[in-house]
Amino acid sequence: MTILECKDLCFSYEGKRVLEGVNFSLSAGDYLCVVGENGSGKSTLIKGLLGLKPPEEGSIAFSGGLKSTEIGYLPQQTQVQRDFPASVYEVVLSGCLNSLGTSLFYSRALKQRALENMERMGIEDLKSESYQALSGGQQQRVLLARALCATKKLLLLDEPVTGLDPIASGEMYNLIKLINLCDNISVIMVSHDIHEAVRYATHILHLGHRQLFFGTAAEYRESSLARRFLGGGRI
Amino acid sequence: MSQLINMFSYHFMQRALVVGILVSLCAALLGVSLVLKRYSMIGDGLSHVGFGALAIASAFNLAPLAVAVPVVVAAAVLLLRLRQNAAVKGDAAIAMISSSALAIGVICVSLTTGMNTDVSSYMFGSVLSLSSSDALLSVMLSLAVLGLFILFYPRLFAVTFDESFSRATGTRTELYNTLLAVLTAITVVLGMRMMGALLISSLIIFPALSAMCLCRSFKSVVVTSAAISVICFLLGLMSSYFLETPTGASIVVADLICYALFRLLGKRK
Repeated sequence: MTILECKDLCFSYEGKRVLEGVNFSLSAGDYLCVVGENGSGKSTLIKGLLGLKPPEEGSIAFSGGLKSTEIGYLPQQTQVQRDFPASVYEVVLSGCLNSLGTSLFYSRALKQRALENMERMGIEDLKSESYQALSGGQQQRVLLARALCATKKLLLLDEPVTGLDPIASGEMYNLIKLINLCDNISVIMVSHDIHEAVRYATHILHLGHRQLFFGTAAEYRESSLARRFLGGGRI
Repeated sequence: MSQLINMFSYHFMQRALVVGILVSLCAALLGVSLVLKRYSMIGDGLSHVGFGALAIASAFNLAPLAVAVPVVVAAAVLLLRLRQNAAVKGDAAIAMISSSALAIGVICVSLTTGMNTDVSSYMFGSVLSLSSSDALLSVMLSLAVLGLFILFYPRLFAVTFDESFSRATGTRTELYNTLLAVLTAITVVLGMRMMGALLISSLIIFPALSAMCLCRSFKSVVVTSAAISVICFLLGLMSSYFLETPTGASIVVADLICYALFRLLGKRK
């Protein structure tokens, strides 16, 4: 079942094309990794998918009951957040914001959802800990739990392992794969760690101001593009 | 004790007490978000705009609050827009607007009434300057600020913690940023009669900073800073009555001592 389809997407900043010719679709349960060098248009594509930047041409169509405001987004962390006085529970609960509708406060069901997602991420013990006191890996788990509160179908992760040590990175990748497989939640992950991307993802989208490749991870491994990008070596 | 009863037997002291407690509460609640969003200087900038507006109002014999509230609210919205456009960098825009407003106010004053006690009370605050109609308006507005803050608490938290996530999940972040700026503007105008234009921003910043030394969750920071703000206001007011020091400055010093204490306690933990 297709949940997202992009056709002929083009994005511009002040009349200057930054990304063009993007065509891909995502089915339920897919794990799509978006790769490319810095400035290749990855962040622009994310903004487009989240509805924060309208495409100049082309269309983004959500189907299967998914809306652009129901994407579980994991943004890159800002300096403000790293020393923000908030408990883990408060941060995770804020992911339920898009389920509030017109009501002013979180219902019991939403609070329950926040607690369940903390258990899924193995951070229920940290519930009343201060977010700023956590390690980088723990902070990312908290933000992942918050993203899960916001979605039932699609996670969108922007460089989720930036700044993590190798062990924490590995745990994060495994956790994401686990969510993808066990809960059948589709994943779109932006990364420039291409080796890991090919290992975990089912599909790859390679950008370089335009779409250079879209297909399954297996096809990507065989492509000349991947060989060049990976420095000639086979994975 | 009898001295305390004596102190609050004056009408102006009763008014100052009620308005001061409410304004301190508003300032402390908003202050937490403003400090965390790196908007601390907005309070300072707005108070200068408030001074300009009050000076013009007194020059033309208009009701001070009725002029100052809309002008400062407009300035707050403008400052927020300037921040987003980034044609002039945020802090430069604040410095520009605040000193211009101060200059216009000073010129206005010197052309009309001259530097009299009225003007000095705008700069450094005075408990005597609150008329009963001012007090009534202050009470109503500050109750509105408190109500709106509580009603939108979950949304304001989300927007403060992570604007891009909130926007991505469909929250109208600009609306809530504007709400925050408007509420701050109202609080600044209400507070500057008592605290003075030059001192009001400390009412916003100090309690939040003190609370952040000790508290771990956002809610506890908000509650603690509200408590600190009210207690320091009461201490400042009383010491200004008994020691005959200026009210606004006494409150700021109480806040400063409180911050130092919390900082030490936070270090020891």
